Amino acid sequence: MSTEVPLLNVQIDGVWMQFPKGTKVIEACSQAGKFIPRYCYHPKLSIPGNCRMCLIEMGMPKMTPDRKPVLGPDGRPEIGWIPRPQISCAQDVAEGMGIRTDSPLVKECRQGVMEFLLINHPLDCPICDQAGECRLQEFSVEYGNSHSRFLERKVKKPKNVELGPRVTLDAERCVLCSRCIRFMKEVAKDDVLGFVDRGGFSTIACHPEKTLESNYSLNTVDICPVGALTSTDFRFKMRVWFLKETKSIDVNDGLGCNILIGSRENHIYRITPRENNDVNGNWIPDSHRLNFKYIQSEERILAPTVDQKPAAWTEATKAAVAKLKAAGKLAMIVSSKLTNEELYLAKRLATALNITLHDTLPRFETPDGILIPSDRNPNTSGARLLGAFTKEPGAHLKEIVEGVRKGTIQGVLSLGEDLLDCGFAHEDLLKLKALVVTSILPNASTKAAHVVLSGAAWAEKRGSMVNIHGRLQRLNKAVEPAGESRDDWEILRDLLEATGTVAALHSIEDVFRSMSQDVPAFAGLNLGKIGDLGLQLLPKQETATVTA
Amino acid sequence: MAYTVRRPNLTFWEKIYLPNIIAGLAITFKHLKKMLKGETHVVMQYPEEKWDAHLPEYYRGAPTLVKDEHGRERCVSCQLCEFICPPRAIKITPGSIPSESKFAKVEKFPEAFDIDMSRCIYCGLCEEVCPEQAIFLRKDYAVTGESRADMVHHKEKLYELGGTMPDLVHKWNPEK
Repeated sequence: MSTEVPLLNVQIDGVWMQFPKGTKVIEACSQAGKFIPRYCYHPKLSIPGNCRMCLIEMGMPKMTPDRKPVLGPDGRPEIGWIPRPQISCAQDVAEGMGIRTDSPLVKECRQGVMEFLLINHPLDCPICDQAGECRLQEFSVEYGNSHSRFLERKVKKPKNVELGPRVTLDAERCVLCSRCIRFMKEVAKDDVLGFVDRGGFSTIACHPEKTLESNYSLNTVDICPVGALTSTDFRFKMRVWFLKETKSIDVNDGLGCNILIGSRENHIYRITPRENNDVNGNWIPDSHRLNFKYIQSEERILAPTVDQKPAAWTEATKAAVAKLKAAGKLAMIVSSKLTNEELYLAKRLATALNITLHDTLPRFETPDGILIPSDRNPNTSGARLLGAFTKEPGAHLKEIVEGVRKGTIQGVLSLGEDLLDCGFAHEDLLKLKALVVTSILPNASTKAAHVVLSGAAWAEKRGSMVNIHGRLQRLNKAVEPAGESRDDWEILRDLLEATGTVAALHSIEDVFRSMSQDVPAFAGLNLGKIGDLGLQLLPKQETATVTA
Repeated sequence: MAYTVRRPNLTFWEKIYLPNIIAGLAITFKHLKKMLKGETHVVMQYPEEKWDAHLPEYYRGAPTLVKDEHGRERCVSCQLCEFICPPRAIKITPGSIPSESKFAKVEKFPEAFDIDMSRCIYCGLCEEVCPEQAIFLRKDYAVTGESRADMVHHKEKLYELGGTMPDLVHKWNPEK
């Protein structure tokens, strides 16, 4: 911060407090513990002031003829109250300002606004997906009336409209707050939504020649305070009050958007973004939030196999190590989708098996300019810190493939990658004397592998990752691993012990502790210290080399 | 504090018991005589004979689902009963009504609705919580089955038991 922001004295409900200049009145009241109901106001969007829900009573200091504030007996300025309500979202705090958030006038205003909003509301909460997290429901209970005085016929508007491939609109439920319109214009930079049929029939609509197909369209569903915009994917799947929300991070790219995984009885129903202003703000791309179904796929590998036959875990890990040791020269391919803990154990396993040739598979694509960076691996920075690759990601892949083709490398250990993606051909895999693979879904490598170890998907395990900006973030477990599958760190620990090393690691905390002792970057840390919002591990400048 | 129980002051005739015993025996013999003459009817021969006709309107038997006068499934699968059910006997799989259906306006219906009658405690909270008046505890009480699976009432069985209840909810009716 370059200059000190001056603090202003503001009276909220009779108590004098100080707020930095530029604070919105609605935020100041929230900070003072006086929540003001709002529909259209969103801290990340522009302020239209159209819902009128945040009305408050406001006043400014009374002035003497020479423009000095009149001081009361307590030495504080006397406030001259403005005789009509003001909206608190479009108003910055000012010196000597007075605010009343629970005066009879304010209460009456809120009651009136609620009554107007509910006049044409269909009251179909039993079938509305928003029920349970609906501002209209909440504020109706808090500030509304218990019954309607409206005897006329309600206005009919379009229902069940497909605005785009992922968003469904019910215009009757809409309170015309325009959050979605502003989001599409200001954040997604795809200005396709707007109001049409102005007046009593006002409706949200898409531009006639376009659809709401931006990769950020589902964020409009999150910010919609009512059930007007609902996710087509989540529509009628589960009521929100059943969902257990697990704080975790997204693993589809190097940013690691903070998310909430909504699950019930070991089944994931939806993923929603979690606010973290150092990472993803309040948003997440649709492609990332919908990419969880493969975790629940029928295809999942449910148990380890040895020579394509199901085996017990102890047998499988012993067989894997025996086959690798018997094979001769070895190489290891590690996925940058693994957590730090797993990468650390992979490195220890490589040392134990005398593997000097190891690399990760890089995934660089064009960034989208909003949230998605070029690096589509979630933990390239972690892999760099923990030495999963030696020079640059993917620099040795060619050498490994050629070594296998020439026959100098006879065994490959692949942790979480399909070798066909890494440049191998199908015949190369058949040449290997030992191919040990960890995977959650079947692929060409698992079909050719001598030992397949079924791991856990990202929503089924705990661990940490470092994003492209050098921020250490935490994954949390939302559901149990499918079938007999195991946490990858346990698999790696068992492999390590099968080589004859005594690992003495009994929990993910043990792995982190051991890692923090061996890797200077993690010194003094543990999973608890990372916190829900992550921890800046590397200085931000260094990240240029990581993202390049 | 100790509480002293007051003993009744018995008269001489009460103290010797005999008159009361004789009076009691007289009643017993009176009933014996009635029984032998076939004048009293105490035992009900269940299940040939049932008390069903005497069950009160508010009797809480097995929970059932009902349809309305248009043949529409009243349940819109809001899952409030599933939420409120103390023994977690109810399991609903929601689904959406296809747009070509004549009830397309309702949008949502239960694809599956299972009540595990081996769990149900007949508390009636599901009936109380239902915002669409779709679930009612009716007068069926003899719920039997040979396996745990038999004890689960699926949607068809629930509608068979529930039948139709007209004129309760009008909001989904077609506009006049």
